[in-house]
Amino acid sequence: MIMLRYAVYRFFTMLLTLLVVSVMIFVIINLPPGDYLSNQIAELQASGQSAGVAKAEFLRKEYALDRPMWQQYLIWMGFFPGPHGFEGLLQGNYGWSFEFDRPVAEIVGDTLWLTVVVNLAAILFVYAVALPLGVMAAAKSRTWVDYTTAFVGYLGLATPNFLLALILFYYGHRYFNLPIGGLMDPVYEGQPMSWDKMKSILVHLIVPTFVIGTSGASAMMQRLRANMLDELGKPYVETAIAKGMAPSRMLTKYPLRVAFNPFVADIGNLLPSMVSGSVLVSVVLGLQTIGPTLLTALKTQDQFLSAFILMFVALLTLIGTMISDILLVMLDPRIRYEGREA
Amino acid sequence: MSRLPDGRYVDDAPFDPQAALQELERKDLDAPNWVLVWRKFKTHRLGLISGIFLLLCYLMLPFAGFIAPYGPNDRNGEHLYAPPQSINWFHDGEFIGPFVYPTVAEADLETFQWKFVTDTDDPRKIRFFCEGSEYKLAGLIPTDTHLFCPPEGTTLFLWGSDRLGRDVFSRILYGAQLSLTVGLIGISVSFFLGILFGSLAGYFGGRIDWVINRVIEILRSLPELPLWLALSAAVPSNWSPVAVFFIISIILGILDWPGLARSVRAKFLSLREEEYVRAAEMMGASSGRVIRKHLLPNFMSHLIASATLSIPAMILGETALSFLGLGLRAPAVSWGVMLNDAQNLASIEIYPWTAIPMLPIIVVVLAFNFLGDGLRDSLDPYQQ
Repeated sequence: MIMLRYAVYRFFTMLLTLLVVSVMIFVIINLPPGDYLSNQIAELQASGQSAGVAKAEFLRKEYALDRPMWQQYLIWMGFFPGPHGFEGLLQGNYGWSFEFDRPVAEIVGDTLWLTVVVNLAAILFVYAVALPLGVMAAAKSRTWVDYTTAFVGYLGLATPNFLLALILFYYGHRYFNLPIGGLMDPVYEGQPMSWDKMKSILVHLIVPTFVIGTSGASAMMQRLRANMLDELGKPYVETAIAKGMAPSRMLTKYPLRVAFNPFVADIGNLLPSMVSGSVLVSVVLGLQTIGPTLLTALKTQDQFLSAFILMFVALLTLIGTMISDILLVMLDPRIRYEGREA
Repeated sequence: MSRLPDGRYVDDAPFDPQAALQELERKDLDAPNWVLVWRKFKTHRLGLISGIFLLLCYLMLPFAGFIAPYGPNDRNGEHLYAPPQSINWFHDGEFIGPFVYPTVAEADLETFQWKFVTDTDDPRKIRFFCEGSEYKLAGLIPTDTHLFCPPEGTTLFLWGSDRLGRDVFSRILYGAQLSLTVGLIGISVSFFLGILFGSLAGYFGGRIDWVINRVIEILRSLPELPLWLALSAAVPSNWSPVAVFFIISIILGILDWPGLARSVRAKFLSLREEEYVRAAEMMGASSGRVIRKHLLPNFMSHLIASATLSIPAMILGETALSFLGLGLRAPAVSWGVMLNDAQNLASIEIYPWTAIPMLPIIVVVLAFNFLGDGLRDSLDPYQQ
């Protein structure tokens, strides 16, 4: 019951945060002087095409870009009636992309869930790699196992991941015949889900997952190692060893459980950087996630498109953080409403 | 030294047993804090080497133009995508000092690439302290003397040349000027904001604390890169490279402060209740004075260590932004701008040397990490 109350409380704080974030995003998007349409109008007027100007003016009215800023925001969110009544994010209308001349929903469509898939795969990768390696490094501290993992970890932290992406792609293709670019074979694009399409996506996911996850995995590995080392020095570990417990069982049964807490809590810090990484890596590798679309939208001041994508990315991280907070409360009975700081 | 009858050697110098008793057992108990920190830091081999390396890197910056054989935007139209040239010492088994063999570009009409043919019969000696293209030493003194220059009538591309025939080695040196200072400016902004907001929240508590804490939480829960992208997309494209550079570093700093503010706040919360703070307040010190004179010095060193650890993130951030074309733009030279050329697989495969700027990035980021680790470990000198 307490758990449920905490979950509900956490959900509402997330909604509130999202609201603040939406204001921030709207302000940032509108920082550059002018907007897509006014730039276009100026361009058209300069070249003397009056027909285009009329259309652009019409679009300006249609999307309420001629109104004051605060009204624009409220209309965009769906709190305030626009030219066609309540039509904003809340009503499921994501706006119009001027650059592609299509609704935003149509452009992002498939890429949204692919983004989620890529990030989920990367998180799983981080856990799958960091957990055993971190424990190993702590259990065998100051041996070659420890030094090797530390070295690989540092290298993973220091290499810009877009470069890692390029290099891995090149060698992955050359030696393991991994596919280059994209998230699926072009054959399957736009086709309904099938077993073959799944397989194609999985094969294409290998390199991106590795690239996005590496820096996160190194950071988490180091933290787990430090936590484990703290625990390993404590008397109860000595007792367990003195009792004659098998080392592997002793490790997983006592110190790992204690050291595990920050591991779950950390996902709140991990997720934002991973989503960042996935945007960058997607641009380099040409993955069909929202990364490349975001970049074009930002470069052309396509405001509804970029604002929606930023909102989506923020939502993704906020939901992830919320889930990790709730998981943490379930795992550790000592933590209550105070959230992560406790 | 004299020898006693039983065969022991004894020092002749006068010895006062009383003074020996009074002397402190460990001299370091009296030493000022920074000596203790330095002593401990010296034992952290990796951190020490990294620190010296970074110091040299930063000292090199004003003299980049002197060390580089070419200017950052000198083009050599006849040597596009020239591969790295090796420096040789012996020609036909005979020592003649550092020299290169001249190369000539030939068009390969089948693959449409430039092929570079090396003429190994004609060693050309590298010139030292010679005249080359003009530059400003430390940005002030105009001069044209270089540490070393290409031999007469040929080229000297230590790490190859890029798409426009510019020397990669020289550009890396010039690029360091921007890439390395971005982190410093960014961290100053982040340091200032972090200490300001962290101390406000921690010292005053209550409503201010609540508001600042929420802001920190929100900023920390957002993915950085998309926000960096959005903010730098807002920088007008007609600004001068220098202005763009400053804005980019400030943007990097603006999104980085929450982490620092959090740790400052936590420290303040625990130190606020100490007696010496109460005493200072009783004596009528203003809040500003208590914060600056009594609280901040307590954990300044700790903050510096954590700042060192967050510089790499900024260097990588600048690289990523410039790489995507939203950060610094040509004609500015930074490592990220250079990597922009190595953006596709084709150039990695055919011209691998265009990706060389990644090496200094990795080395510098690693060095900052090791230095930060070393500092953090040695800041508490009494801890064993």
